Amino acid sequence: MAEFTLPQNSKVVPGREHPRPAGATRTKTFKVYRWDPDTGDNPRVDTYHVDMDSCAPMVLDALIKIKNEIDPTLTFRRSCREGVCGSCAMNIAGTNTLACTKAIEECGDEVRIYPLPHMPVVKDLVPDLTDAYAQLRLVEPWLKSDSAPPDRERLQSPEERAKLDGMWECILCFSCTTSCPSYWWNGDRYLGPAVLLQAYRWIADSRDEATGERLDALEDPFRLYRCHTIMNCTKTCPKGLNPAKAIAEIKKLMVARR
Amino acid sequence: MASLRSPLGRARGLGSAKDGTHHWWAQRVTAIALVPLVLWFVVSAIGLAGASHAAALAWIGHPLNAVLLAALVVAVFHHAQLGLQVVIEDYVHCEAIKIAALLAVKAACWLLAAAALLSIVRIFVSAS
Repeated sequence: MAEFTLPQNSKVVPGREHPRPAGATRTKTFKVYRWDPDTGDNPRVDTYHVDMDSCAPMVLDALIKIKNEIDPTLTFRRSCREGVCGSCAMNIAGTNTLACTKAIEECGDEVRIYPLPHMPVVKDLVPDLTDAYAQLRLVEPWLKSDSAPPDRERLQSPEERAKLDGMWECILCFSCTTSCPSYWWNGDRYLGPAVLLQAYRWIADSRDEATGERLDALEDPFRLYRCHTIMNCTKTCPKGLNPAKAIAEIKKLMVARR
Repeated sequence: MASLRSPLGRARGLGSAKDGTHHWWAQRVTAIALVPLVLWFVVSAIGLAGASHAAALAWIGHPLNAVLLAALVVAVFHHAQLGLQVVIEDYVHCEAIKIAALLAVKAACWLLAAAALLSIVRIFVSAS
């Protein structure tokens, strides 16, 4: 059956509370998930108080400040700090999003920060996305063409190009995939919204010649049809994209080609 | 020992089943068919409230009612077994229990549909 309770050594316990910064008049409390694979201890939630008068506005700014000034052991991924790399995807105030584009003031009195749900944790806020990347590789997200390559660009009409809007913007942060209950229960076989959106990005590309082959690879009760239009993916996407619609378009094409 | 199979090998698994579209489409079609059928049945059932047994039999014995009732039974049980199959596939991960549960659901839906259809035919034949 689906696992509705955490395994014994995964129960999250209260962690330590770091002292408030001296002399700070305006502080914000951050409750951050911590887990260290080397100690064998249960995961815990540590409490940090950050001086907001010397902190930039985004959640990632606070995490970097905590790591620099309070606790250098805190581990998280980050790179571009402007929402184009997807590295800092995590669960903030109950929603999967990018720490770099999520304003602290939108997160309530206490900012709760956890790793992306239901993925193996490498350490603290770093999830293991190996399997999700392998699923992306499965849909072969690159242009496939058997025609002789043209001398110049492969041409597209403006209308054909417009079909890719809402898909090329995906940065593969996997916020959507890890928010999907279907992916939680059947992530070993269901491809998940991020990967299906990427699959449709190539199915919808007028320059690609492998559309039927791509649909063949997706036509499966688990790979595609575990999507039950729950819409968590679309609700959580930090880039405002609509993976659920992309999946619906794939399902429509499956019927159209029968 | 944990499997040393590559992540891509695990993701590809046994490949695509090339199936599922018919199931998905049939679920939608039966759902849409059930909207008018259920409305008709509820209105008719309310109309028959308090009616005698003979009046209810006569109502089922009318050809139009018998045909629509049969359509309702087929759509209800087909839709039910399609939907329950999805629930079982979602949540049951032990292969043996999953297959047993799927077969049990299909058998129950088939038998209940057969019993309901037989009842309608019997009433219809005896009424005509």
